[in-house]
Amino acid sequence: MHVMYFTEQPMSAYPSDIGLDVGHTALMFSNKHFDPVAGSRLYNQYLEHYIYAEEQGIEGFMLNEHHNAPFCMQAKCNIFASILAAVTKKAKIVLLGNPLPLAENPVRLAEELAMIDMISKGRLVSGFVRGGGQEQLATGVNPAFNRERFEEAHDLVVAAWSRQGPFRWEGTHYLHRVVNPWAVPLQKPYPRVWIPGVLSRETIIWAAKQRYPYIALNTSIEATKKIWELYDATAEEAGYTAGPENHGYLQQVHVSDTDEKAEKNARQFLWMQGEFTGLAHPVWSSPSGYFSPEHRRQFVEFAVGRAVSPRGRPTFEQQVADGRIFYGTPKTVIPKLRRVLEETRPGIYALWGNDGTVSDEDARTCIRLMGQEVMPAMREIGKELGLSSPFEVDAPVHLKYSTDLKRMPQAAE
Amino acid sequence: MAGWSEQHIDLGGLKLRIGRGGGGRPVLVLHHDIGTLDKLPFYEALSARFDVIVPNHPGFGDKSERAPWLRHPRDLAALYQWLLAELGVERPSLVGLGFGGWIAAEMAALAPRDFHRLVLVGAMGLKPPDGDIMDQAIVSYIDYAQAGFHDPKAFERNYGEVSTDQLVDWDLCREMSFRIAWKPYMYNPTLTHLLGGVRAPALVVWGDDDRIVPKSAGELYAKALPKARFETLAACGHCADMEKPDELARLVTGFIDEN
Repeated sequence: MHVMYFTEQPMSAYPSDIGLDVGHTALMFSNKHFDPVAGSRLYNQYLEHYIYAEEQGIEGFMLNEHHNAPFCMQAKCNIFASILAAVTKKAKIVLLGNPLPLAENPVRLAEELAMIDMISKGRLVSGFVRGGGQEQLATGVNPAFNRERFEEAHDLVVAAWSRQGPFRWEGTHYLHRVVNPWAVPLQKPYPRVWIPGVLSRETIIWAAKQRYPYIALNTSIEATKKIWELYDATAEEAGYTAGPENHGYLQQVHVSDTDEKAEKNARQFLWMQGEFTGLAHPVWSSPSGYFSPEHRRQFVEFAVGRAVSPRGRPTFEQQVADGRIFYGTPKTVIPKLRRVLEETRPGIYALWGNDGTVSDEDARTCIRLMGQEVMPAMREIGKELGLSSPFEVDAPVHLKYSTDLKRMPQAAE
Repeated sequence: MAGWSEQHIDLGGLKLRIGRGGGGRPVLVLHHDIGTLDKLPFYEALSARFDVIVPNHPGFGDKSERAPWLRHPRDLAALYQWLLAELGVERPSLVGLGFGGWIAAEMAALAPRDFHRLVLVGAMGLKPPDGDIMDQAIVSYIDYAQAGFHDPKAFERNYGEVSTDQLVDWDLCREMSFRIAWKPYMYNPTLTHLLGGVRAPALVVWGDDDRIVPKSAGELYAKALPKARFETLAACGHCADMEKPDELARLVTGFIDEN
């Protein structure tokens, strides 16, 4: 089992009541509230946390990026990935991920990732995301072509990594007359690609067709099982049997040296007014053309305030009861996580450890206890339950590198 | 509306939905980015005097088939030239409403001798020298449609209690607007330079409270078109066709009938 550490890298140094007064804390929430002095301190603090995490035995860092929002201050995950590639030695650098549709030039993205892979000596896992609706608006990218751009940028990045140049790329959204980057990945055929997501059915199907592991982000246990059902059924159609190595899961877990302190800090998971991406107008999170047409009717009602959010806004207590937030000492947390692993059987698991205004000291305690106690225990449980990671079973990087297909699949998309 | 018919015209695999009514000189009316209601007093008023043809832009609403290849308003301009050829319509006048005004201006720029009269009402298509075209992406469907009116009662008169079907239509329209006019948002930087060739006399009409397209864009149209007149409608928003249908119809009818 591959277990890794995650944090949204919150930009928590702003008065939270301002967000409540304004009514939104994303996209249009003015950056006049961004304090670069605090920003400088926090970026360096978060970097030190990763270095410390590796010293404490943590084997993977999951990094992400978001735009125009205090819930995540990492505006370009390749920046931290580049730094960590140089200053850490062993931990996997797992990007979940680069929002492909935001790339105006996927060849440059392929170059950056190839550099990170070489500098880190082959520790890169290059996940890709569609990016939230707000990311499209924050970067001026057309939400109506989000999926087209995602798929085409993916194909171009993979081609830039794995095809000998020079070659020409005449796509719909990307047009390059000379593709021939003088930076190619160390890992062959190319770095592992994992696809994180929350609810989009199309993305689950797409990931399963590529044989890319799908990482369920903070979904409920029930929703996660449904994701695997769809993934596994798609995998069968594609000619392979999916296992734990195809299934990843991110959950909010705060560990501390006392249950009381752990609970206090775990409440910070709701620091962005209970919505982990902050308060936003529905048409920002789901611009027209961005979401699946099958949800159109339901969504427009929600967008004008006639229906409640399909996600709901459960209380802290409810989320703890539902097994979406975990907290405690290693002793109290490990048995809870064992039950999650037994029930959902992931081969990849990310612990979202610290959020909001958790202090530097408490964040370090969490990281230390995760690295020294929780993660080793989880890896043992993983062995016992047969939850192998893609690294452990040397899973093919993509469907086309499979040697175990039951029959020739339809052409992979 | 009496004598008003709905037709579907086959244009190379796309079934274009059009409404048509009345008789006399042909007038092609091009609707807003929020689609169009099937029946409007403005259309009816024009059809008392003219042969009025109102195509439903492809994909703009649930009843209108989408053309996945459509990626620029100029594609629509070319498509509507095809439509006119298919219908055998010669020297029509163009009446463009908001976003439809942009398409009308593109048509006139592409075929400067083809049209009898050009009417642009709160037309998008040019970068306003002062102010910006309102970004619908950051406001809700109802808020955007309401912003097209000076008087909220005029909005209610047209849309009543907004139905879910209407919301779905607005979402489809918005998606199509993004697909074909995302960047630059709702204007074409080359259009300004091409308007000088237009031979048809033009009437540029602006509501004095147009919150969607700044009046400066209208003034620029009036300056760039060789034979243009600029008119303002008082106490009127962007959707003059729905807010002041009679007044606008009178202006347009008089203008098209001038010799």
